[in-house]
Amino acid sequence: MPKFEYAPAPESRAIVTIEKSYGLFIDGAFTRPKATFPTVNPADETVLAEVSQAGPKDVDKAVAAARRAYEGVWGRMSGAERGKYLFRIARILQERAREFAVLETLDNGKPIKETRDVDVPVAAAHFFYHAGWADKLEYAGLSASGADVPRPHGVVGQVIPWNFPLLMLAWKIAPALATGNTVVLKPAETTPLSALLFAEVCQQAELPAGVVNIITGDGRTGQALVEHPDVDKIAFTGSTDVGKAIARSIAGTSKKATLELGGKAANIVFDDAPLDQAVEGIVNGIFFNQGQVCCAGSRLLVQENVHDQVVAKLKRRLGTLRVGDPMDKNSDLGAINSRAQLDRITSLVEAGVAEGAERWSPECTLPTKGYWFPPTVLTGVSQTHRVATEEIFGPVLSVLTFRTPQEAVAKANNSAYGLSAGVWTEKGSRILWMADQLKAGVVWANTFNRFDPTSPFGGYKESGYGREGGRHGLEAYVTTAPSTLTGAAR
Amino acid sequence: MSRLDVRKTYKLYIGGKFPRSESGRSYEVVSATGEFLANAAMGSRKDVRDAVVAARAALPGWSGATAYNRGQVLYRVAEVLEGRRAQFVDEVAASEGLTARAAGAVVDAAIDRVVWYSGWTDKIAQVLGNLNPVAGPFFNVSAPEPTGVVGVLAPQASSLLGLVSVVAPVIASGNTAVVVSSAARPLPAVTFSEVLATSDVPGGVVNIVTAQTAEVATWLAAHRDVNAIDLTGVAGAEGVDWAALEAEAAGNLKRVYRPALADGAPVEPDWNADPGLGRIRAFVETKTVWHPKGL
Repeated sequence: MPKFEYAPAPESRAIVTIEKSYGLFIDGAFTRPKATFPTVNPADETVLAEVSQAGPKDVDKAVAAARRAYEGVWGRMSGAERGKYLFRIARILQERAREFAVLETLDNGKPIKETRDVDVPVAAAHFFYHAGWADKLEYAGLSASGADVPRPHGVVGQVIPWNFPLLMLAWKIAPALATGNTVVLKPAETTPLSALLFAEVCQQAELPAGVVNIITGDGRTGQALVEHPDVDKIAFTGSTDVGKAIARSIAGTSKKATLELGGKAANIVFDDAPLDQAVEGIVNGIFFNQGQVCCAGSRLLVQENVHDQVVAKLKRRLGTLRVGDPMDKNSDLGAINSRAQLDRITSLVEAGVAEGAERWSPECTLPTKGYWFPPTVLTGVSQTHRVATEEIFGPVLSVLTFRTPQEAVAKANNSAYGLSAGVWTEKGSRILWMADQLKAGVVWANTFNRFDPTSPFGGYKESGYGREGGRHGLEAYVTTAPSTLTGAAR
Repeated sequence: MSRLDVRKTYKLYIGGKFPRSESGRSYEVVSATGEFLANAAMGSRKDVRDAVVAARAALPGWSGATAYNRGQVLYRVAEVLEGRRAQFVDEVAASEGLTARAAGAVVDAAIDRVVWYSGWTDKIAQVLGNLNPVAGPFFNVSAPEPTGVVGVLAPQASSLLGLVSVVAPVIASGNTAVVVSSAARPLPAVTFSEVLATSDVPGGVVNIVTAQTAEVATWLAAHRDVNAIDLTGVAGAEGVDWAALEAEAAGNLKRVYRPALADGAPVEPDWNADPGLGRIRAFVETKTVWHPKGL
């Protein structure tokens, strides 16, 4: 197949101004930068800026600011007014979309076409969606009984990952504010910049001081926030190990938690599926965002009689993927977010090969600087291999086979995780049967990796608990009954 | 000459059968006024684990049954409860130290509670689920599904009304349950298991282990094949640290239903209050299914 040559089409980075160093955003203002650490562009390892490591005292200040804002302003404000602030934020995100897209790509390493077409517009959409809920919560069907009006928890501590920095911020902040909570949010250590730019958006929107506080730092900052006695609720997206540690740390308290954790999704392809479409779905499922997605379709379960055909089509398709400069509008895959993540991907793939999987990648020239991993397919994988059970969080697809729908279900559900799953078949009744059987919070049938603010997202089993988005996502941010009298879900 | 009555042996209820504890142990159950009532089986860690196996085995059938069918079965439970009303009145009166009249009111409330939940089975998805208007050509629907195997520490004080109030919402949505009964007042729970066994509730859907809560709760909270745990029964249970149980539950990220608290200490809820949807909601998972629309 002829390979088209593309002229470089770089997005300009001039649109966004990155400060040399950043303080913390507490009580409506930035503190003076201190105890800084660098955040780098993973595509070329250049330092983008220095950001501050928030210590326990900073966490105290941020939580205190959020508490004051909750008690003084935000918790008392009418839903309609809260909603108008959220509409403002949504609009500003749209107005400054290009700036956010460029900044996100620089800090995260993901291709500009993804930040431009997914991360930023969907983040804005989350604020729009939740803005409308703010004065309609009594219609959301959240009351335990009768006509209790749902009430906010108070101060919410939120810790988010590096794979969708702005989008995860939106998933966390928009429902929290819509329901009347105030927020202290810690972005990931390696991707703090879009959250800091969002702080500026809060200022532009004239959001009352302390309603949103952004504190940067590493895991220690996150732990201090989670364990802070004046935080009423934790919302965390990240690894299952950290999620379990959080669940332990809040045991026996009245703190609430939602946890969005890891996944090892099966993407199941039946022999009657439209194979070309399925291949596109497989590619989107595992190579979107370099596979650094908790719901990535990292286990391809393909019906045995079409295995060779699907793998051949897949390899042909992967030969056309463009891996390279994330700022180039034609790039399909960008850089891995950090050295640590690259090392993890590398070691897991090596473990897969050592256990007997066959490794294949298309020919592609990777940049010499930065953190890069080629799109990779592992065939001959069996269920006990580490690459079939552990979350790789990289552009690596493990291929397994099945013969019957029952076997596909058994293999798909054979995981401690239960976040998402994909099904490809032309047979409608089989789709619905499979959707019933799969123990996953999101099932994509003849599609994959779709996200929408109206659609709840979240997992079964060790993928965590609670949902984000949709009517169901509001549940996590309100109390609906006097739980001290009845007991309540955590 | 008066007739010698035939006493009942109070056993465990696991997988639809009534075994004694594998440990061979039993313990004396006394009335509220201290009189001997019966020797109940003292369930062990192994009994709890056997019950989990039974609950897991029963899950596909029960969660896969139609909601209409589950409602019919639950209603049948209420019917059989009603038929045994006199027996329950005696047992509740003895266990809880109530007058016959007060115990009668408790039993009536318990029967009505089961009827209430039987009517919920085929409404849960309609009330807790919905279509989502996503911004694209997709059909997108969210619906609740049972979480799986649920461990239930039944209330210590309310031996029948409390028991049905925690078990019914768990199984109404299609979960299966491993229930640790009230330690000091286990007899109504054992008789309730006889009701379940004769009400078309498939074996293993509800398993009831009479035991010392402090001894077995940890194993249930830590069990990796249990998906959720209801800690209601920690209130008034001797030697039980609910924080430790919740921490154990984190090992496989069980969903946790925390106890009601008064001044920071677990208390038993008022079982006569409107139960609300909270307990049903706590033991379901929302599953969202996407499919493209197109020609």
